[in-house]
Amino acid sequence: MTAVPRRLLQMAPGVSLATLLTGFIIVPIAAVFLWAFAEVWRYPSLIPTQWGFRFWAAMLSRADVWAALRTSIALSVIVTLFSALICLPAAYAFARLEFPGKSALLLSFLATQAFPKFGLYIAIASIFFSLGLVGTFAGVVLIQLVNTLLLMIWIPVGAFQAIDRRLEEAARDVGASATRTFLSITLPQAGPAIGAALLLTFVGTFYETEGAFLIGAPHVRTMPVLMISLINNQLVVQYGAVLSVMLWVPSFIALLFARKILSARAIAGGLGA
Amino acid sequence: MSELVIDRLSKHFSGTRAVADVEVAIDDGELVCLLGPSGCGKSTVLRMIAGFERPTSGRILIDGEDVVALPPDRRPTGMVFQSHALWSHMTVFQNVAFGLKLRRLSRAAIREKVAGVLDLVGLTGFEARYPGQLSGGQQQRVAIARCVVLEPKILLMDEPFSALDAHLRVRLREEVRAIQRRLGLTTIFVTHDQEEALTLADRVVVMRSGTVEQIGSPSAIYAEPATRFVAGFIGTMNIIERQVTGGLAKLGDTRIAVDGPDGIYGFALRPEDLSLGGAWSGEVQRVLDLGAFRMLDVTVSSETIKVQVDKSVRILVGDEIGLDIHEVAAFDGEGRARPARVHGTIESGVRLHA
Ligand SMILES: Nc1ncnc2c1ncn2[C@@H]1O[C@H](COP(=O)(O)OP(=O)(O)O)[C@@H](O)[C@H]1O
Ligand SMILES: [Mg+2]
Repeated sequence: MTAVPRRLLQMAPGVSLATLLTGFIIVPIAAVFLWAFAEVWRYPSLIPTQWGFRFWAAMLSRADVWAALRTSIALSVIVTLFSALICLPAAYAFARLEFPGKSALLLSFLATQAFPKFGLYIAIASIFFSLGLVGTFAGVVLIQLVNTLLLMIWIPVGAFQAIDRRLEEAARDVGASATRTFLSITLPQAGPAIGAALLLTFVGTFYETEGAFLIGAPHVRTMPVLMISLINNQLVVQYGAVLSVMLWVPSFIALLFARKILSARAIAGGLGA
Repeated sequence: MSELVIDRLSKHFSGTRAVADVEVAIDDGELVCLLGPSGCGKSTVLRMIAGFERPTSGRILIDGEDVVALPPDRRPTGMVFQSHALWSHMTVFQNVAFGLKLRRLSRAAIREKVAGVLDLVGLTGFEARYPGQLSGGQQQRVAIARCVVLEPKILLMDEPFSALDAHLRVRLREEVRAIQRRLGLTTIFVTHDQEEALTLADRVVVMRSGTVEQIGSPSAIYAEPATRFVAGFIGTMNIIERQVTGGLAKLGDTRIAVDGPDGIYGFALRPEDLSLGGAWSGEVQRVLDLGAFRMLDVTVSSETIKVQVDKSVRILVGDEIGLDIHEVAAFDGEGRARPARVHGTIESGVRLHA
């Protein structure tokens, strides 16, 4: 008799959490989506009164949108790759080796992050200017690399430290060189954390605006930079919404991909000690 | 055909001495156990042989060649770790095949060797499993297979079974012994379990705080401990301290002749070297039935000692009994063994027999 009310009571926290999440996350996202496909949406109507792809067509027919998308994807891929190449070995050194000034150096990465970003960018921009890097793709890659250092070092350091050294010793023991051991044992063991760091780096670079704007302008324009200029020029909600959805797609795909890797790894990890 | 010579090997960790002047020579195909309490430097010796620790001084010769300068991947040694150290992201097959792949064997050869070694350790059919899907004993079998498949000149095992339950430990011990014999692997087996060392080893190296106390066959280590430490560490031993004057000491009514200077000696008596019927009398405090025999705790001369009696002997707690000493070992103030023998009882001057 009392089973049903009690179950409802037990479900109450879950239900209210779900409601809250829906309110704060789903509703704004839904609004953006609706706006992206709305041609006319006037108060007090709850949903757009006229649907269509007019703004999509307008956006997709613009060469600068496509150029910016290409720039953004190329930038994110290159930055993530370079960041991994530089940071992963460095993170391994931090995790495994003892050297003087180690903790000070680690902390310095945190310090760059604590610094007000814009001030740092201005300082870097003035250096880049004298080096002729302002307005170049290479310049934007460099500034984004600075941005990714913290994430790509701190997360993998923790992951590497958590790996039992015996696993690496066992690999050396059966004849693997230090490099081979790192590639075949250490990296895969740290896989989920490194995957997460790579993904956050990719998405972070894709969305980063301030540095890309300061260093890249006026020749190199990424998607977020383009979005700002479009909105600045003419405040049409739909333009922002369409660009948001476009920006959202690659990162959502990346996240799905990561989830797949992570959950497969988590299953193997859960089963495998 | 591999011999291992450890020559005055020492290791200091930032000033503290973990291993000091260890010297052992191990013959081809021999199984030697490093035995000693936790922290006495067994693992450090093994890790220096494998190449994970650099010796502070000393040499490690494998078939006459000093390997100290070689990195672990260039040494002909194979190690089985206590924590099995299997790679959890690889299947059983991949774990075992990893070293073979590094040696650039053909796929067919790798498959054949892996199948062979998995058969040897009784894990045929488990190739596709991940280590986390195996029991503790199976994991350790894979770790052994991963090592043995590479046919190392020297097999190193660091307490490989200490994380397993007693039953499994005994079984795996026997399996390892059989595999080691079959393949003729020169092996060093580290353990803190004296029973394991005595049942497994051709020779036992007893270690204490970084140094070697005694090297010998299990029976020699058991019957003729070279130091008081070895006597106390191997098997059950009663150790009673007595003053030796003029080459004689008294244990109750029994006189012990000692070949050494006067002083305080430790007298070591195995429970099975004592029997009922003597004049050294005491009260039974406890009777433990151990199946094949009974172990008594007896208070004699205000000390409690253990006495092993046949299971047919009827004895109850509180009984007064007399003990006869058959064998005794004596250790001087430094703990070194000194020749000693039962000299007779005080009243008769003649040894009584039970
Ligand atoms: N990497 C290390 N750094 C400092 N001290 C160590 C290290 N490894 C071992 N020791 C010390 O060396 C001694 C011997 O250790 P170990 O060889 O592991 O002993 P066992 O294997 O016999 O238990 C211990 O006192 C231990 O604390
Ligand atoms: Mg140890």
